[in-house]
Amino acid sequence: MTTRIFGSGIRRREDPRLITGRASYTDDIKLPGTLHAAILRSPYAHANIKSVDATGAAGQPGVVAVYTGEDTDGVLNGLPCAWLIPGSDLKTPAHPAIAKDKVRYVGDAVAVVVAETRYQAEDALEHISVDYEPLDVVVSPKAAAQDGAPQLHEDVPNNIAFTWALAGGDTDAAFADAAVTVSDTITLPRLIANPMEPRSALAQWSAAMGELTLWNTTQNPHIARFVTCVVTSVPEHKIRVIAPEVGGGFGSKIPYYADEAITAFCSMKLGVPVKWTETRSENYLITTQGRDHIEEVEMAATSDGVITGLRTTVYAGMGGYLSTAAPGVPTILHGLMYSGPYNIPNISGTVYGVFNNGAPVDAYRGAGRPEATMLLERMVDLVAAAVGQDPAEVRRKNLIPKFENGHDVATGITYDSGDYESALDSCLSAAGYEALRAEQAQARADGRCVGVGVSSYVEICGLGPSQVAGAVGFQGGLWESAIIRFYPTGKANVMVGSSPHGQGEETTFAQIVAGELGVEVDDVEVIHGDTDNTPMGWGTYGSRTTAVSGAAIAVAARKIKEKSRALAAHLLEAAPEDIEYEDGRFYVRGSPDQHKTIQDIALMANVAWNMPEGMEPGLEASAFYDPPNFTYPFGAHIAVVEVDPETGRIDLQRYVAVDDCGVQINPMIVEGQVHGGVVQGVGPALWEGAVYDDDGQLVTGSMLDYALPRADLLPDIEVSSNTTPSPHHPLGVKGIGEAGTIASTPTVYNAVMDALRPLGVTRVDMPLTPEKVWRAINDARNGG
Amino acid sequence: MFPAQITYHRAGSVAEAVQLLSDNEGAKLLAGGHSLLPLMKLRLAAPAVLVDIGRIEALKGVSASGGGITIGALTTHAEIASSDLVQQHAPVLAEAAALVGDPAVRNRGTIGGSVSHADPASDQPTVLAALDATFNVTGPGGDRSIAAADFATGLLENALAENEVLTSISVPSVPSGAGSAYVKFPHPASRYAVVGAAAVLAVSGGACSSASVAVGGVETTPVRASSVEAALAGSDLSDAALDAAAAAVAGDLNGDAMGDVFASAEYRRAMAAVYVRRALGAAASRAG
Ligand SMILES: Cc1cc2nc3c(=O)[nH]c(=O)nc-3n(C[C@H](O)[C@H](O)[C@H](O)COP(=O)(O)OP(=O)(O)OC[C@H]3O[C@@H](n4cnc5c(N)ncnc54)[C@H](O)[C@@H]3O)c2cc1C
Repeated sequence: MTTRIFGSGIRRREDPRLITGRASYTDDIKLPGTLHAAILRSPYAHANIKSVDATGAAGQPGVVAVYTGEDTDGVLNGLPCAWLIPGSDLKTPAHPAIAKDKVRYVGDAVAVVVAETRYQAEDALEHISVDYEPLDVVVSPKAAAQDGAPQLHEDVPNNIAFTWALAGGDTDAAFADAAVTVSDTITLPRLIANPMEPRSALAQWSAAMGELTLWNTTQNPHIARFVTCVVTSVPEHKIRVIAPEVGGGFGSKIPYYADEAITAFCSMKLGVPVKWTETRSENYLITTQGRDHIEEVEMAATSDGVITGLRTTVYAGMGGYLSTAAPGVPTILHGLMYSGPYNIPNISGTVYGVFNNGAPVDAYRGAGRPEATMLLERMVDLVAAAVGQDPAEVRRKNLIPKFENGHDVATGITYDSGDYESALDSCLSAAGYEALRAEQAQARADGRCVGVGVSSYVEICGLGPSQVAGAVGFQGGLWESAIIRFYPTGKANVMVGSSPHGQGEETTFAQIVAGELGVEVDDVEVIHGDTDNTPMGWGTYGSRTTAVSGAAIAVAARKIKEKSRALAAHLLEAAPEDIEYEDGRFYVRGSPDQHKTIQDIALMANVAWNMPEGMEPGLEASAFYDPPNFTYPFGAHIAVVEVDPETGRIDLQRYVAVDDCGVQINPMIVEGQVHGGVVQGVGPALWEGAVYDDDGQLVTGSMLDYALPRADLLPDIEVSSNTTPSPHHPLGVKGIGEAGTIASTPTVYNAVMDALRPLGVTRVDMPLTPEKVWRAINDARNGG
Repeated sequence: MFPAQITYHRAGSVAEAVQLLSDNEGAKLLAGGHSLLPLMKLRLAAPAVLVDIGRIEALKGVSASGGGITIGALTTHAEIASSDLVQQHAPVLAEAAALVGDPAVRNRGTIGGSVSHADPASDQPTVLAALDATFNVTGPGGDRSIAAADFATGLLENALAENEVLTSISVPSVPSGAGSAYVKFPHPASRYAVVGAAAVLAVSGGACSSASVAVGGVETTPVRASSVEAALAGSDLSDAALDAAAAAVAGDLNGDAMGDVFASAEYRRAMAAVYVRRALGAAASRAG
């Protein structure tokens, strides 16, 4: 039976504890004597701090300490930016944990109160007085890059943190020769990640041991340890970071934040554990947001709709400071994907990373690829309209033909494997595309605004080869490691350096081991999240955990298998080459009765009574896996919408997704990832967007105003898949964590624009809220 | 998310609640808590004293009373949505109650809290305005009644004195054979009404014999659409008549419509006409 474990949609083993509320998150951890921190945050988006008077807070009930930027200055080092894009004239201005002289967004930390209870700490905040000198504010990343814009950092002219350029082929010639050119400006709103669990940090400094333990809501505990070392100067081997249960992150728990540094600082000062947990309001203000792109895009094509060139200028908002991985997102993870699934011989782009007065922007599910797919898919639809052809057909004629092992695109990267046309065909047939178009024609004849949107996509994930990471300025590696350790009873632990936080790898990783070694899934426990009992790893993001960490597990499992085979041969008194393996049993070829199970081997290896000459005792293997290439999942999605022209309200009626993420370890989990991803990408198309007013105040500061996708606003998502294995991955898997988010924004956007085309509407900024759509319809009617 | 310090009292009776309000300046009543507690968590409200009326049985439930029903102030949205009496006498209240927020909100939130909070984006105040309901109030000086139209006095403001308690709401039965409807444009995030329109239409001999129409979400208090009602009176309720009547709502809006990042004043005004039209259409189709 065990061979069927790998590839079957068994239920997620982590779910019972999660859905019955018995999981233990950072805020659930109660250490004796813990004090609680509350952080005073700037109410101004941009201001000089003239003075901070904390004396009023010090005497408040329960207050143990109050610290300001004066106290942390010179003790805590600045928060580092860890993705230093080469050749981009990158500026990394200081990012102090507590602002001393200047604040740059609403929510910038100004002081911290430590008290016996959180309530007391919150109450005391009201007794700190800060004298601010408000400065001019700039919110739009494009406006921020203009001459004369308010300057956030002294040494960063025009707020331009970096300028990244990409060129492949001869774009100018392509445009000069083009029969058809189309262009648009695409705005991707800022998005708030909204993990169910807000961020939290619990720091425990042991002066006796010189050790710092930090429980933290992080997607990457080993990186958090490294950065904690940089910021606090505690040596790396004296720091233990534990990510207990982490309730979602969507990228927002990759970065290292001021809050954990401040919490550690307080614990080190006071010698007792200190906890800080974000309120939901704080989460909206300070936790990194996603997107914030203004994209000026042009596409060149032949009169028959064959794409010949793509040219972009992108202004990517960075917020007040550069977050940990921020520069890599709109560049490496974005621009390099400009070819998408298409043959585009000539591509050029310029990306400006621009400081603006908002929360820092960093990776958010999809990270750079949704922004690339959006502009590409919008352009393809415009080309289709310009040449008067069906958008699906224009896609088909431009898709890269099927390839199994490597295809180079003009941006300079090499896709691993792809069969884009099959994905498109599968999606067209799953959706009943021809019938949909016929129904649409009928609906239009009846005066209804029905639209169909199609997208093809390919994404880069499984990050990634460490040599490439180094070459593109990522200040770390991107390999993963795993240890598999069998105990005498035949049960095993798998220790990994990656840190799943909701994706289901406690199940899929056990399935990998079960598939490789024939043990029961329940006999394998996956251990992650604690730097003291897991091997080094770079974390969970970029749809890399199964692709990279999973590969490390497969490689380690194969080492176990080889040692087991050798030990079985010894115990069965046969030659290793005569030992066959099947379903957890090692047997002498031709006589299956003469066998040892993996459990027998585990016992014998652990007691070591009868080991072959030179073989070490124990049954344990570790593997370090550095992927030779990224993986490139792909697919095609279709959405059907109806717009109510009287109100501008949009009804998303159908959503059909065909994704190809290579070999699937657990199709149910794949489907769940697609569901969540699709919904998260529909959000910015229709509802979601963090809005700052001209003063830099977050207007959508709570879930009352910030419209997260809700089940009652969504149709059933029709999910199916194809399988094109990755040629370079030990299991053939690619990654599925972000695919849905990458495809669904343009799919739904294109569907709405398709619905509105007969009314003469050509563009509306996202999110497509009813009033914007209503205005666009009215403007078009009035000849605007 | 961390409210300021409060003193909590649980009132055993309306009289005790009135006394506690009188004794503690700035005290606030607590009913279902679904409007008050969110404000307190954000420290946008910081009453020093809370008087919890949530367990006063006398304030709960729906009863028949001469020519209509009386709804206790503590009756929840869920109870109203599923009440047979409401269904018989004023089905539009049940229709609106079922559209409030989500199940958790409907199970905790009360009609008394809803109207007292006087949030213009709420549903029931609009419906109660169209139904000519009467709000029954108890204070230190005894009982008094306030017409629905006079109850909300502005954004989050009502006609109650600091030490008065809303005890119940009297709702007259809709005329027999009348059709009624409440249609709502929910905010995608909060589910509150961006615009909500309530209509009660009675027909006699093929003509509209009475019409009452109200629209919420546009101005700071529900607006009774008297121009729309006038246009409907005696009309044949044809599509053309409903179109013309709904357009007349522009004349009922004073021009001080609210606007926010999701829906501007101009848009809300335009949507008022659209949703009034939809309410009229639904009510007309149910009349007779
Ligand atoms: C997520 C969410 C979504 C919602 N969506 C909607 C929606 O779609 N439509 C809608 O209409 N509402 C909505 N609401 C509001 C909900 O209906 C509230 O429950 C209701 O408005 C207030 O009722 P309550 O019993 O919770 O009042 P409370 O919060 O307890 O009190 C509200 C105010 O009224 C006062 N008060 C309460 N009872 C009395 C009384 N008997 N006499 C005098 N003063 C009193 C209180 O002092 C307080 O000032 C939503 C609320 C939430 C949290």
